[in-house]
Amino acid sequence: MQQRLLLSDGQFDITINRLCYQLIENHNAFDESVIIGLQPRGVFLSNRIKNNLARILDKNIVAGNLDVTFYRDDFRRSEKIHIPSVTEIDFIIENKKVILVDDVLFTGRTIRAGLDAILSYGRPKKVELLVLIDRRYSRQLPIEPDYIGKTVDTISSEKVKVEWQETEGKDQVWLETKD
Amino acid sequence: MAGLSVKHLLGIKNINASDINLIFETAENFKEIINRPIKKVPSLRDITIANLFFENSTRTKLSFELAEKRLSADVLNFSASGSSVSKGETLVDTVNNILSMKVDMLVMRHPNPGAAVFLSKHISVNIINAGDGTHEHPTQALLDAFTIKEKLGELQGKKIAIIGDIMHSRVALSNIFCLKKIGAEVMVCGPTTLIPKYISSLGVEVSHNLREALEWCDVANMLRIQMERQDIKYFPSIREYIMQFGLTKAILDSLHKKILVLHPGPINRGVEITSDVADSSQSVILNQVENGVAIRMAVLYLLAGKIHNQD
Repeated sequence: MQQRLLLSDGQFDITINRLCYQLIENHNAFDESVIIGLQPRGVFLSNRIKNNLARILDKNIVAGNLDVTFYRDDFRRSEKIHIPSVTEIDFIIENKKVILVDDVLFTGRTIRAGLDAILSYGRPKKVELLVLIDRRYSRQLPIEPDYIGKTVDTISSEKVKVEWQETEGKDQVWLETKD
Repeated sequence: MAGLSVKHLLGIKNINASDINLIFETAENFKEIINRPIKKVPSLRDITIANLFFENSTRTKLSFELAEKRLSADVLNFSASGSSVSKGETLVDTVNNILSMKVDMLVMRHPNPGAAVFLSKHISVNIINAGDGTHEHPTQALLDAFTIKEKLGELQGKKIAIIGDIMHSRVALSNIFCLKKIGAEVMVCGPTTLIPKYISSLGVEVSHNLREALEWCDVANMLRIQMERQDIKYFPSIREYIMQFGLTKAILDSLHKKILVLHPGPINRGVEITSDVADSSQSVILNQVENGVAIRMAVLYLLAGKIHNQD
C-alpha cells in the first residue's frame, strides 16, 4: 500500500483557521447559526471549528453531534452492521442556519442521511455543508459542499484517511493507494 | 463490528453477555430518538413484521407494535381469538400461511413453553419470542436490566430480588438468565410452593421471607400471582399471601436503605404491591414501559440486520 500526504500538521491548522473565517463571513456573529458534526469522525472537526470560532469571536458557539446510522440507505446491504454513536442536540434547530460538518465527502450518501436525520429535529432556515476533504468526481447523489478544506481527485479504490491529535496523536490527512 | 450472535431471540439463555451489551448500547440511541419531536427512523422501511399473539397482552403487544412503527416497518397483527386457530389449524400451518404473504420477521407470544423454539425449527424467518408460557420472556428481562442499569449506573455486583410466583413466571426465568450473564446477584423469594425445587441450580439464592429478601437486595422485582396458570391451590388464600409477601409502604420505609421497585405488569394493586408503593418515587414501573419500546427497537433493528438484501 502506498501513502501520500495530503495535509501535514502545519497545513491542517491553517486550513481549519481559513474555514472558520469563511464561516464568519457568512454567519457574522453566529447568533442564528449552529454547528452539527456528523458521528463518528466529523465530530473531531466540528469540535475544532467550534473552539476556534469561540476563540476568534470570543463567545460561546452552539454545537452538537448527530448520528445518522438509522437513516443510512445501506442497512442490510452488507454483512457489516453499523453501531450507532451518541446524538447530542440539546438546542432548537427550528429556523436556525445549520452547518453540517464531516471530515471527508465521498459519495454523498452519509450527508443525504444527515439531511434526513436533521429534519426530525425541526425545520432549519438553511443547511450548509462543511468538509475537510472533498473527493471530487465520486458523488452518487447531487450533493456539494459549501466550505471545503481541500479538494482531491481520487479513484474509488483509493482511501482518504484523516488522523486526529485526539485519536492518532497527530493532525494529518493521507491518501492511501492499494498496490 | 459484529452483530448479534443469534438469528432469533428465543430466550436469554441462547444469547451471551456481549449480545446483551450490544442491545443496551443500541437501545440507548433509540431512547434518544423516541424523545425527539419526530420519533421515527426509516431503517426497516422495507421489512414486514407479523405480530402473532396466541395469548392476551397489553404492554408487550403495544410496545412491539410501536417499536416496529418507529422503525418504519410494515406491521401485521394477528390474535388467536377470532382466527382460524379455533377451526383446528396447526401453528406451523398458520405461520406458513402468514409467511406466504412475504413477511420478513415474526414476533410471537404463545401459551405453550417452547413454542418459539419449535417454530424456529420449521421456518426460516427471524423470530422474536414475546413470551412462551412459563418459559421465557426475553425482551422483558432486557428492559428490566436496562432500567436497573439506567437507574443504578451498572449491574455488576448489584443484588436483585425477584419476589412472588416464580414457578409460573417466564419473566423470572429470563431475568435470572439475563442478570446472571451480566454479573448481578439474584435471589428469588416466595411461598415454598411457588418456587421450583431446583431453581438454586441456576445460581440464585432462595428465600421464603420477604423482609430478608428486601434487606438483602438493591432492587426488588415484584411479580404477579399467575392465577390463569395455576391448576391447583398453591397457598391457602390471597389474604394470607398479601400478609406474607405483599410489598407495602410500611415495609419499604422500615428498610435502612432506598431500594428500587420494579414490576413487569399487569399490577394487581393491593396484592403483590400496594398502590402507594406502585406510585412511589422508588417505583420505576413506568420507566420500564418507556424503556421497553427502545429495547424492542434495538432487538428488531439488530435482528433485521441479519436479513440480507439480494440486490
